[in-house]
Amino acid sequence: MRFQLIGVNHKSAPLEVRERLAIPESRLADACRELTAYPGIEEGMLISTCNRVEVVTHTVNGHADLRGFLRDHFQLRDEDLDAHLYEFREKDAVRHIFRVASSLDSMVVGEAQILGQVKEAYATARAVGTVRGQLDQLLTRAFAVAKRVRTETAVGSSSVSIASVAVELAKKIFGSLQGKVVFIVGAGKMSELAARHLIAHGCESIFVSNRTYDRAVGLAHKFNGQAIRFDDLYEQCDRADIVITSTGSPQAIFRREHGEQFLSRRKNRPMFFIDIAVPRDVAPDMAKLDGIFTYDMDDLQQAVSSHVADRSKEAELAEAIIASEVEKFESRFEARQHTLDIVPTIVSLQDHLETIRQAEIDRVRGRMGKLTPEQEMAVEALTRGIINKVMHTPITTLKTAAKESEATTIVDVVRRLFNLHEKEKEAGRQQAAKKDEVETRQS
Amino acid sequence: MSLLWLRFALGCYLIGLIYAFVALNRTSDLFSRIALHAATLGMVFHFVSLVELFLSGQIVWASLRNGESMLAFLSMVLFLAVYTIYHTTSPGVVVFPVVFFLTFVAAVDQQPVLLTSLVQRRGWLIAHIILIFMGYAALVLSFGASLLYLVQERRLKSKKSASLTGYLPALEVIDQIGYRSLLLGFPFMTLGLLTGSVLAILVYGHVNFFDPKFSLSVLTWAVYMLMVFTRWNSGWRGRRAAVLATFAFVAALVAWAANYFSGIHRFAS
Repeated sequence: MRFQLIGVNHKSAPLEVRERLAIPESRLADACRELTAYPGIEEGMLISTCNRVEVVTHTVNGHADLRGFLRDHFQLRDEDLDAHLYEFREKDAVRHIFRVASSLDSMVVGEAQILGQVKEAYATARAVGTVRGQLDQLLTRAFAVAKRVRTETAVGSSSVSIASVAVELAKKIFGSLQGKVVFIVGAGKMSELAARHLIAHGCESIFVSNRTYDRAVGLAHKFNGQAIRFDDLYEQCDRADIVITSTGSPQAIFRREHGEQFLSRRKNRPMFFIDIAVPRDVAPDMAKLDGIFTYDMDDLQQAVSSHVADRSKEAELAEAIIASEVEKFESRFEARQHTLDIVPTIVSLQDHLETIRQAEIDRVRGRMGKLTPEQEMAVEALTRGIINKVMHTPITTLKTAAKESEATTIVDVVRRLFNLHEKEKEAGRQQAAKKDEVETRQS
Repeated sequence: MSLLWLRFALGCYLIGLIYAFVALNRTSDLFSRIALHAATLGMVFHFVSLVELFLSGQIVWASLRNGESMLAFLSMVLFLAVYTIYHTTSPGVVVFPVVFFLTFVAAVDQQPVLLTSLVQRRGWLIAHIILIFMGYAALVLSFGASLLYLVQERRLKSKKSASLTGYLPALEVIDQIGYRSLLLGFPFMTLGLLTGSVLAILVYGHVNFFDPKFSLSVLTWAVYMLMVFTRWNSGWRGRRAAVLATFAFVAALVAWAANYFSGIHRFAS
């Protein structure tokens, strides 16, 4: 495992530094090529988002000068960078890339965007051929780990903004928001945002009321809704299932008696008041009415922060998953590397013995005279049986050795004992000669 | 044999019963799926038990045991219907215990007791039993829904974050389940009562209004009607609806218990 990674993220570097390292999407492919052209780097890819820049590589010896690459590529001085960079190698690099893909390293832990961004970066690098065998294994595994984290923990399941909490609450009350009516009282940025979220989830009609009627008309126009004069507020309000209120009124504008009126006119169908005004627009005793649900700024904020807390609890779980995945990846990766070394040895050993067997049979066939098909088969079986029996233990040993560190030594010994190197070279020469022959014939 | 199948069904419903207790405290997708499959399997056994009983020719329509078994089965049918429409197993929290109890009683009680005087009016009897049981089953479901409504309302009002991650379906969905099963059950209940009255007239020549079975059944029906009316007219739900539903449910239970001391509706042994 000669993975090496260098980068900056929202924690290690301020925006000014991240800005200077950001790579626009159009330049990403070229940057990847440039990266792999840098000395000591076999494979490489770059992830560049607004919160991070990561240089992920597989190097020749595990000690490539990635800082040098950054310095050259962005024409920066060491002192600009050094304080903000983090660098990981081998296992740590694997862990880091797993954490990034699983959104544990994100500013908002659990947000889903980052996985998509990593996938895009991977696709770009793969397309230009700078990601091949080693990094491919790493990234494919990282995506699988991210998926596992997402399905096995609740990281990323709960909402973390006030607007999305409001939507979730509305859904808990009304089920589907399809066709629900939203009433915005007091045109403000926050209420506009919340309304936008609600519409995105299916709410249909929008009414807007504001002390300044013109502003109500303006906002209603944005949503294709209807402006209501502030004086008609109490007459019209019962039409709404969800009321978002954010006026600057010093006293509550919705009091218990209004709530009672609304409910009786609505035949007790529930109403949801989202009160984002400070001081509050909805009197606290409204909440005592059956069928009226009020959430003020504090309640919403609390829901948000408890979600954030939930997330960090789940994040611990996710870290445990990642730790075990890193171990698994490491051992599998090593095993695969050794198996790769061993398979050709086993194959050429078998080839070598098969050639000897065939040659020996041919040699004695002349002396034995004509054989019946049964005898022919018996000879075949006998010779094959001897070879298989003799070779069984060595091959098993080779295979077990593949998982241990002494693999290379054993492979080397076997190759030398059977003189496999020379044989392969010879075979290679023969093959090349054959190919040449074919080509000359064709031309 | 029929009893054996019933006991298998009982075993399956037991899982549902455990689910009902667990689901009150925590949410588990896996467990609700297990409970659902167990309940469905239980229904299959239950159905086999009912069919076998029917085919054996020894069916005693007015037997208490068969009645309870039938009521439990119909409740499960409604529960599954709700599941197919709303994809929620939450009503199981109430339905499973009721079904388990009914099946348990039916599977333990060995002696068939019957209304001997009614055997010749079989058609009316079967109609009466099925109709009234459908009404009861719908009542069980709507009672369950109104309790769940209360729970969910309290969660939402308490503003704990559990209200966001809770397993219960949305308030309006629970409300719809309750209201629809109420609407569905009402005609069954009404027709069930009417057929019962017709039976009484056929057998005894008159209806004894002061017989506990009759008066309690009428009371149940009246509360039932009140529920439908208040809901339809002024949208009663939540606490008030739950009080009414509880009242109707208790009335129905008492009316059922009246079998033991009614002069005309007795399952004579």
